[in-house]
Amino acid sequence: MERHDVTLTVNGRTSTVSVEPRKLLVDVLREDLGLVGTHIGCEHGVCGTCTVLRDGESIRSCTTFAVQVDGAELRTVEGLASGSELHPLQDEFWDKQGLQCGFCTPGMLMRACEIVEQKPDVTREEVREGIASNLCRCTGYQFITDAVCAAAARMKAGSTETTGAQA
Amino acid sequence: MTTVDRPDAPPVRTHKPDRTWVGKSIRRVEDPKFLRGRGGYIGDMTVTGMLYAAVLRSPHPHARITGIDTTEASAAPGVHAVITGARAAELCDPLPDFGPNPAAHTWRCLAVDKVRYVGEGVAVVVAESRYLAEDALALIDVEYEPLPAVVDPERALADGAPLVHDDLGSNCAYERTFDFGDVERDFAEADVIVTDRLRWHRSGGQPLETVGAIADFDHATGALTVHTNSLSFTSYLFMVAGTMKIPANKLDVRPLPAGGSFGSKLFATKPAVIAGMCSREVGRPVQYLEDRVDNMSNCDHHGSDRVYEVRLAMMRDGTIRGIDIDTVEDYGAYIQFGVGHHGNALAQVVGPYAMTSVRYRVRAALTNKNQQGAYRGFGSEVNNWMLEQMVDKAARELALDPVELRRRNFIREFPHFIPTGNVYDSGDYDAVLDKALELSEYRHWRDVQAKAREEGRCIGIGLITAQERSVFSATEFWFWFDEPGAPVTSMPESVTLKVDATGGITATLYSCAFWGNSPETMVAQLVAEEFDCDPHDVSIVYQGSKNGLPATGPGGSRTTVMLAGAVEGATAKIKAKALRAAAHLLEANPDDMEWVDGGYQVRGVPEQRKSLADIAVMLHLFKHSFPEDMESGLEDSKVFDHPYTTMPSADRTDLGVFYPFMGHACHVPVVEVDLETGSVSFLAYAAVHDCGTLVNPRSLAGHIVGGTAQGIGTALYEEFVYDDDGQLLTSSFLDYLVPSAMEVPELRIGHHETPSPYTLHGIKGGGEGGRMMAPAAINVAVNDALAHLGVRVTELPITPDRLRAAIRAAGG
Ligand code: FES
Ligand code: FES
Repeated sequence: MERHDVTLTVNGRTSTVSVEPRKLLVDVLREDLGLVGTHIGCEHGVCGTCTVLRDGESIRSCTTFAVQVDGAELRTVEGLASGSELHPLQDEFWDKQGLQCGFCTPGMLMRACEIVEQKPDVTREEVREGIASNLCRCTGYQFITDAVCAAAARMKAGSTETTGAQA
Repeated sequence: MTTVDRPDAPPVRTHKPDRTWVGKSIRRVEDPKFLRGRGGYIGDMTVTGMLYAAVLRSPHPHARITGIDTTEASAAPGVHAVITGARAAELCDPLPDFGPNPAAHTWRCLAVDKVRYVGEGVAVVVAESRYLAEDALALIDVEYEPLPAVVDPERALADGAPLVHDDLGSNCAYERTFDFGDVERDFAEADVIVTDRLRWHRSGGQPLETVGAIADFDHATGALTVHTNSLSFTSYLFMVAGTMKIPANKLDVRPLPAGGSFGSKLFATKPAVIAGMCSREVGRPVQYLEDRVDNMSNCDHHGSDRVYEVRLAMMRDGTIRGIDIDTVEDYGAYIQFGVGHHGNALAQVVGPYAMTSVRYRVRAALTNKNQQGAYRGFGSEVNNWMLEQMVDKAARELALDPVELRRRNFIREFPHFIPTGNVYDSGDYDAVLDKALELSEYRHWRDVQAKAREEGRCIGIGLITAQERSVFSATEFWFWFDEPGAPVTSMPESVTLKVDATGGITATLYSCAFWGNSPETMVAQLVAEEFDCDPHDVSIVYQGSKNGLPATGPGGSRTTVMLAGAVEGATAKIKAKALRAAAHLLEANPDDMEWVDGGYQVRGVPEQRKSLADIAVMLHLFKHSFPEDMESGLEDSKVFDHPYTTMPSADRTDLGVFYPFMGHACHVPVVEVDLETGSVSFLAYAAVHDCGTLVNPRSLAGHIVGGTAQGIGTALYEEFVYDDDGQLLTSSFLDYLVPSAMEVPELRIGHHETPSPYTLHGIKGGGEGGRMMAPAAINVAVNDALAHLGVRVTELPITPDRLRAAIRAAGG
């Protein structure tokens, strides 16, 4: 089958891979780029396990062909922490036990990332509604909701500090 | 009726009152890697030279295979092998199952002459990528001669039904009636007999990660290595070796973390066998990882599928005397785990109520559906649902308050032997109920309900009180038969603790890896408790089956109790050696020394002290400082056997003790039913659980919330629907509805602790959490909401269709 060159910037690093047009983005991330943090739960777009951010918006990488996102900026779970420092979302998921088996966690974190970045003062109900795009079979969502709310508050406090200084 | 000669119960333990780590909600030690996407699941792993397998599945529920042409598929790009069922039967023996008459219903990794359900495997392709393997599947030409299918379990047992296994001559895989206590007398003397027919349809574990294995067969040595997220039964690996026709000591199963199991990965031997068979055939490592359709249509976790006819013998004052249960269970096409589901139910069949007799008739029907496996609760959640439905119905028929009726029947003296012979070790059901009434604001909601009803709104409160048994014994796998094939009685769990030269502690575990429960955190907390260190400093390792110690793995909420026992035993041996070493170094009498704050010191003389690190470094590097007979190193293991089981009586009127640690819970959901749409929504939900002493309260809370979410799925949404012809209508998450964050309400959680008298710290199991309770509680709530309209729902899940049908039938 013919192949296409696809250029992706994932977590700030640009690579070009040669792939069949039918190859799914999630498989390119996992197999060609070695970023196995993005998981596959259903392969039919329902569970949200494979969620990544494209230009800041969440997409299902299991129903997206890599050729469709040629040239895109992507973020995956591997891009959240910096070195030994966890992202506030990761830290709050840990602190509130927003995970059990951890399989939905990368997709859930990326979805949560989109939510808190787009709406720093998100409410608990909005978080529930927002993460309803992603299934978690273990947690019953309650502690995930706790974690996202706590992280949102923390991130907002962080930004108020800087805006406070400007004001 | 005979009575069993009961060996003495284990000695009653006194529990340490002041604990440092046990009982603390610490951050789980497992989590950091998962938060970074570095969980190392089966799909994340590659082995040099690895190929990929995909399985072709039957589109027919029941058909004879009259021909398979694989020529084109074999010649397709990247294909290394195509293995049909016939070839697989030459390569491998049948899969292990726990049913009667194994010779007459052979179960194989691929079907040979006939397929028996939609999704059964008929051929496997091994290729250079999963894409190419699936391309080749489309080129396999299978000729089927369709046969009539049977889907309904009761119809399957009727005369003239199509036979699922011709050699069995019947679709009844098993039938037996057990009587415990004086059933006849209890029913003869009863004032009222409450009867009902109840139907529970099948749902399943549905972990987000499917089951998979990477197998690597070495033709040079005849050894097979399998990396897998399935197969907890380290001690039963010989069964896989047997299927693969290799010596058990040549099989190394290496456990990997699993993205959830909920029972679904307990008996999943097929992926290991398929990958192993393919690897041996092509001489390269092969990965077989189910996709979602594989997992939904051909898996090992379709749960209970039961019809109940029940009679409850009651006195007018509300005393429940006895229960007579007649159940037909749909096992699907193969008897994978057979009657185990009912063994679970019999461990707590009378719930928290002091009944004196039980009749239990079970008939196992074979149908053209996926075989049944384990799903969180494993038959007990169904029993809880049935019993609480009956108690609720009894309260209505006798016009008694449902809370009062329960209270009147509570067991209050422990240990208590129920009619089946199982023991309830401890409990305080009144205290749990009181806490739940308060936490749920029960009275408040009764007022709200009354007011709402005046406005024509249907609000219901579903209070249930139910059991959560833990730590099974192997006897429940065979006490069904007078002459069991393998009357095994061992269910051990092992731990090795090693203190290195710097005093750092590593714990090695021998059954399956992390499944979303918290074995590492729990072991780390228990080790920290024993050695006064920080749990986050304890290192945890999983050992493959080669060089493994006996272990059984999780299942039936046994991990915490069993690992706690093993940690305690290994600790005792290490501390004994450390004490001897410290005493020698300090030239003191060991009897004068005590363990204080992470080291040994002479009683009352803290400066005469050796820390664990001091002792460890000496034992590792300074042999000449010790007596000749003292070996270097500081490491020991404990194989911990089940703390309390007894044998059943020969005539099975008493099944002995087989699930002795009895947790309890009270769930109180408040729901509102929309009469027009038949939808059910939650207004509140409170749950109080008693699982003995808590090791990590938050991780138990996680089980409760997550289990309740699954129970909500069971009660309202989830069902494997087969149409009348046997076609599976729900083989994706589009039609099998797993609850999302919008369907699961916020839970109020309460804990109560009645320590077990027989385990370390008084721990009981609690892994099945809310799923044991939620289906019953929600059904009772829905019935409570609709009682004034004369509507009562007796079938789960309560889909809008079913609910509307019930409302319509009552004229609404
Ligand atoms: S794996 Fe992409 S939505 Fe399920
Ligand atoms: S933590 Fe297991 S699926 Fe979400």
